[in-house]
Amino acid sequence: MSHLLEKLRFFRTRKESFANGHGATTDQDRSWEKGYRQRWQHDKVVRSTHGVNCTGSCSWKIYVKDGLVTWETQQTDYPRTRPDLPNHEPRGCPRGASYSWYIYSANRLKYPKVRGQLMKLWREAKAQHSDPVKAWESIVSDPVKAKSYKERRGLGGFVRASWDEVNELIAASNVYTTKTYGPDRVSGFSPIPAMSMVSYAAGARYLSLIGGNCLSFYDWYCDLPPASPQIWGEQTDVPESADWYNSNYIIAWGSNVPQTRTPDAHFLTEVRYKGTKTCIITSDYSEASKFGDTWLAPRQGTDSALAMAFGHVILKEFHVDKPSTYFTDYSKRYTDMPMLVMLEESNGHLTGGRFLRAADLVNNLGEDNNPDWKTIALNSNGSMTSPNGSIGYRWGEKGKWNLEQKDRSGDVDLVLSLKDQNDGIADVAFPYFGGAPHEYQYFQHTEHNEIQLRKVPVKSVELADGTTAKVATVFDLMLAHYGVDNGIGDSNRASSYDDDVPYTPAWQEAITGVNRADVIRVAREFADNADKTRGRSMVIVGAALNHWYHMDMSYRGLINMLMMCGCVGQTGGGWAHYVGQEKLRPQTGWTPLAFALDWQRPPRHMNGTSFFYNHSSQWRYEKLNMSEVISPLAPKERWTGSIIDFNSRAERMGWLPSAPQLGTNPLHLADKAKAAGQEVQDYVVDQLKKGDLKFACEQPDNPQNFPRNMFIWRSNLLGSSGKGHEYMLKHFLGTKHGLLGKDLGEFGGQKPEDVEWVDQGAEGKVDLWVTLDFRMSTTCLYSDIVLPTATWYEKDDMNTSDMHPFIHPLSAAIDPVWEARSDWEIFKGIAKEFSRVCVGHLGVEKDLVTIPMHHDTPAELAQPYGVKAWWKGECEPVPGKTMPHLNVVERDYPNTYARFTSIGPLLENIGNGGKGISWDTKDEVKLLRQLNYTHTDEGINKGMAKLDTAIDACEMILTLAPETNGHVAVKAWEALGEFTGLDHTHLAIPKEEEKIRWRDIVAQPRKIISSPTWSGLEDEHVSYNAGYTNVHELIPWRTVTGRQQYYQDHEWMRDFGEQLCAYKPPINLKTVEPVLNKKPNGNKEIVLNWITPHQKWGIHSTYSDNLLMLTLSRGGPIVWMSEVDAKEAGIEDNDWIEVFNVNGAIACRAVVSQRVPEGMSMMYHAQERIVNVPGAETTGTRGGIHNSVTRAVMKPTHMIGGYAQQAYGFNYYGTVGCNRDEFVIVRKMNKVDWLDTK
Amino acid sequence: MSYFNTLAFGVYPYVAMAILFIGSWIRYDREQYSWKASSSQLLEKEKLRMGSILFHVGVLGIFFGHLFGLLTPVEIWHAIGVTAPMKQLVAMGAGGLFGLICFIGLTILIQRRLFNPRIRATSKKMDIVILFLLYAQLILGLISIGVSAGHLDGHEMMKLMMWAQNIMTLDLVDAVENISSVHWIFKMHIMLGMTLFVVFPFSRLVHMLSAPVQYVTRQHQIVRKRFAR
Repeated sequence: MSHLLEKLRFFRTRKESFANGHGATTDQDRSWEKGYRQRWQHDKVVRSTHGVNCTGSCSWKIYVKDGLVTWETQQTDYPRTRPDLPNHEPRGCPRGASYSWYIYSANRLKYPKVRGQLMKLWREAKAQHSDPVKAWESIVSDPVKAKSYKERRGLGGFVRASWDEVNELIAASNVYTTKTYGPDRVSGFSPIPAMSMVSYAAGARYLSLIGGNCLSFYDWYCDLPPASPQIWGEQTDVPESADWYNSNYIIAWGSNVPQTRTPDAHFLTEVRYKGTKTCIITSDYSEASKFGDTWLAPRQGTDSALAMAFGHVILKEFHVDKPSTYFTDYSKRYTDMPMLVMLEESNGHLTGGRFLRAADLVNNLGEDNNPDWKTIALNSNGSMTSPNGSIGYRWGEKGKWNLEQKDRSGDVDLVLSLKDQNDGIADVAFPYFGGAPHEYQYFQHTEHNEIQLRKVPVKSVELADGTTAKVATVFDLMLAHYGVDNGIGDSNRASSYDDDVPYTPAWQEAITGVNRADVIRVAREFADNADKTRGRSMVIVGAALNHWYHMDMSYRGLINMLMMCGCVGQTGGGWAHYVGQEKLRPQTGWTPLAFALDWQRPPRHMNGTSFFYNHSSQWRYEKLNMSEVISPLAPKERWTGSIIDFNSRAERMGWLPSAPQLGTNPLHLADKAKAAGQEVQDYVVDQLKKGDLKFACEQPDNPQNFPRNMFIWRSNLLGSSGKGHEYMLKHFLGTKHGLLGKDLGEFGGQKPEDVEWVDQGAEGKVDLWVTLDFRMSTTCLYSDIVLPTATWYEKDDMNTSDMHPFIHPLSAAIDPVWEARSDWEIFKGIAKEFSRVCVGHLGVEKDLVTIPMHHDTPAELAQPYGVKAWWKGECEPVPGKTMPHLNVVERDYPNTYARFTSIGPLLENIGNGGKGISWDTKDEVKLLRQLNYTHTDEGINKGMAKLDTAIDACEMILTLAPETNGHVAVKAWEALGEFTGLDHTHLAIPKEEEKIRWRDIVAQPRKIISSPTWSGLEDEHVSYNAGYTNVHELIPWRTVTGRQQYYQDHEWMRDFGEQLCAYKPPINLKTVEPVLNKKPNGNKEIVLNWITPHQKWGIHSTYSDNLLMLTLSRGGPIVWMSEVDAKEAGIEDNDWIEVFNVNGAIACRAVVSQRVPEGMSMMYHAQERIVNVPGAETTGTRGGIHNSVTRAVMKPTHMIGGYAQQAYGFNYYGTVGCNRDEFVIVRKMNKVDWLDTK
Repeated sequence: MSYFNTLAFGVYPYVAMAILFIGSWIRYDREQYSWKASSSQLLEKEKLRMGSILFHVGVLGIFFGHLFGLLTPVEIWHAIGVTAPMKQLVAMGAGGLFGLICFIGLTILIQRRLFNPRIRATSKKMDIVILFLLYAQLILGLISIGVSAGHLDGHEMMKLMMWAQNIMTLDLVDAVENISSVHWIFKMHIMLGMTLFVVFPFSRLVHMLSAPVQYVTRQHQIVRKRFAR
């Protein structure tokens, strides 16, 4: 029908009205609707998924029509789990469903782009120098030229370039930097390998081959819970969401399940129908609150007080008054409760010291291997015993590293309490931190003394040196610390829950605001259920708690509850921390690909938080003094200096990694050593000792130590995770910023002791910033070069999650549009160009790599006692013992591309492994030769398996990983069995012949195979649950004691008063006072706590600049605040407000809501500064992102290394980028200036 | 010359109107998604607001002036007592005023389209052509006021009216005869006017035909039946 003729029927259209004339029914033509129907037609369906940072890991159907992606819907073909569990489907949320918008949107990056000014300089330089490396040198070595493009960053002006041209520029820059300053001056940041592991590996492989640093993300995102490695020696391991359905009591604590775990939320709903009781703990009235039978709303930041009070009730009722048989047995076998702790004198008090070790006792108690690392307990027959499983048994001997209740001489039964068999009662001091008043009176304090004295039963033990030590069990110390009366006649403990003694339910009321009766009831229900069901009580916990400075206290507080109740490692129980898609299931198959371990080892890894804190010069503004956060019992003289000092000490002692590593080019050290007639290691040690060579971290403002080249891919570092955004702009990038504060020099603050201070802090440290993305993100905006990458529907890759047991692919529904290329192809291209450009500048080089003492290696036993600084002469510098390992790695720079594209020889020569065990991989490499074919051209990789396409890379991962190759799984379990002396192969033998390949997962998501990389089972009988194999296969936790640890005995942990979990209030960052009421605009300024939770309309499976999501929300940056605060500041809903402090400013609109408690402001994180962001009145520049008002601040206890579970691991342990202790000033804006004029 | 007159003012108008009508019909039926004003307000709004409002006020005044001025039969003017000289004065005054407003608006729009890099980069050829066609036509129209001022008796204007009405009544011979003796400026103006009809279906001008007048009166909710016919 003609549209025009149809119009001519206008007056003939039949109309009936309804709803009092508000509506009409007509018989108008509807053929125009065909347009919409055709919009959703398709000729092909392809399987893929979304990978921002989503634990959902949902498989999707991507519909394609005429080579264009038209839309997407949820896949519904997951393998079924078990008859008694609900389906996994549907998995997928509206955010993911909006994704295809990006592919053809105006935000899509279509061509490689370079900032105009840099392009101009480059083309001029190229005209003068035929050698691209010389051309690059001519630009960056000229301060005027360098400044001219650096100061334009973030201010637009991109021009299109060809791939050939940008690849040459990037390669030239990398070669120049490597040659002049060292390969460790090239760094790359990419998060969450699990979301698209080959794309991650592409950049990491390139960087590792040339010797660049890969930066960690999990700690930087502050999603890494340091409590997990502290307690379990495990990065993070959690139950799959289906296991919620096995739980009978769930506490969801600071986790907004329906909003941020949307595809899994149905399990929570379903298990409630089954009768499971739920308690939701969130400070705001979040979407999750409606899931709760109980909703508790503690003041944000005080969760550890609540956890301590819960623990008080559980200990009192289920461990003291009427001890649960199950809990007691579990505590003896699986926790450090029976372990003996030496009490030590400190500031005139007796307080908890380190664990008693075999080495302390006469004749090492018969233990010759690692007696320093074997912890001691009291056997029920009254003798001292060194039970199996402590970390001393892990290395240097075989077969005793297990959790059997045995020691060398036979069965043991460990004593929990010395109440009935002691040598006396001692007054033991415990630090109390809840007495410090808060700057804005927002967090309440109590009037208790900072030192709490409690009576503890002790035994006197004769030591090897002839002295006598008083020792107590962890269990007795815990009861005392929690204030639980156990009938020992201690009047300082609580006689009832209503006593105002730390840590009773009554005590916490003043701090958290939660009614004591609710605390008692929930604790009782939680523990009672666990007692009756053998541990089916669970805590689902989210980043809300983990983003505070003392996050480990909240986490340890709630994990303590789980351990007290025997929930960890039991079906339906345990700790369910879902933050960041950290679970790279085929991890051990992936590491050789990602870090080029098939060619050279070790790679350079760096912990992200320390890197960014250092290089964006945030330390130059540090106002937190360690004396504010250490224990009143700690020796104050140990804690002078700034946070950066402690980090640099940690680096030099071999605890944390460094990037750059040494204050010189590591490619030159081998030659210098040769000239001096020494081995490289000896030469470096000598030079360091003499002070002629320094660590780079000692002189961050020295141009030799700048992080010259940065690669960012799969990340929006500057628009999302970049804590201290404005510092990054100023110091890292050297461009326009909104920093309002002064540095330590300018306001006369306490400067660092060890780290060199220069008055003029460096700006624009990075010479070349390259970002790969498919959309013009905030990070792209500030980059020098932007490379258009394939979207998630345009590439082949793989995806896994901790939320479900499946592995499934991203596969290319269409080829990358315009000139986009996949990450794999992009880095392959750069590697190729690097190999060409480097000739004449770099050949086969010897690179000196420093590596910290790693967790899961024998080096984790490096420093059993005390903290010693070799540079002060307290000990000798011994690589791998008192300072980092020094390794020489040979780099074959002209063959970088040949190495990139083939599977190297080390897998056959050395094998593969992970988490302390290793196995042979000859068969797997042979198989890969057959699957991927071999290189036939002459060259270093002739005859080696090809690694040409992303699918080749996927096959490499799948073939090498025990999770996807049954043969490897059996080998891995065998390898673990040698350590434990137990046979674990029965866990994999039924699946030995199973091999999951690329095309299998394209056909359907596949369940993976159980592997010792993880602590749970992928099984037909139980859901995946963390710690399951520790409990059921008696595999020790990778901690000092081999058990789950309530007690942390490292010297720095003791100085922080964190031997046992305590309540520690939020810290004072002092960021408000210097600017409060200093730049008035006439409107009232109020001070609020700054919370940056997960997005409803963006985070996880799409981004916040997605038009569909912007349409559903308010279309631009918003900050939530309470009605009370809004009223006080004269702010109405949707008013433009400014949020600022010394760190910078944000211009946004207010959402005034009952959801938010008084004193809190919330900004969903990662709202891009590219959408509807006007100028801020205070800074005069565009109003920033959520991190414009934050700055990272680090905690020294996270720097500890060389100490069993507190030893460094990439994305496992290290400093974390917390930001929730921050306060901001909020006021209404007078003038909204869009800064649109030219 | 008379052949030219016949071709230009007798035949061309029908060709132009045929293209206008059939072309628009085809586009309306086949290319619904292209039926739009193609506003560039997202890319630049300050100059657009000034220019566009002035232009549209002017051009609407001129359009309706021409519509009623040319097509209303003389008898009606007489019946309501409007003489030719009076009408001509009103036409010159109102036309001049609206023409001037339109001229200012159009000048801003052209300047913006040519010299704002974002607008220029997103312009199609036809977007620029149509602006210049309108500009030329407007300038011709404004010049013709000067010509009209030379003979205020309304005689020339009557010729133009008669031509227009003859065309509408398919009286081709009289139409050509009426037009043959008018000033060349008017002829140019008419020629170009007809040319605007020709390009109409191929340009953004089609948006004129789809004014959303109905929104003002229609119900809040419209339900279209599943099986209409």
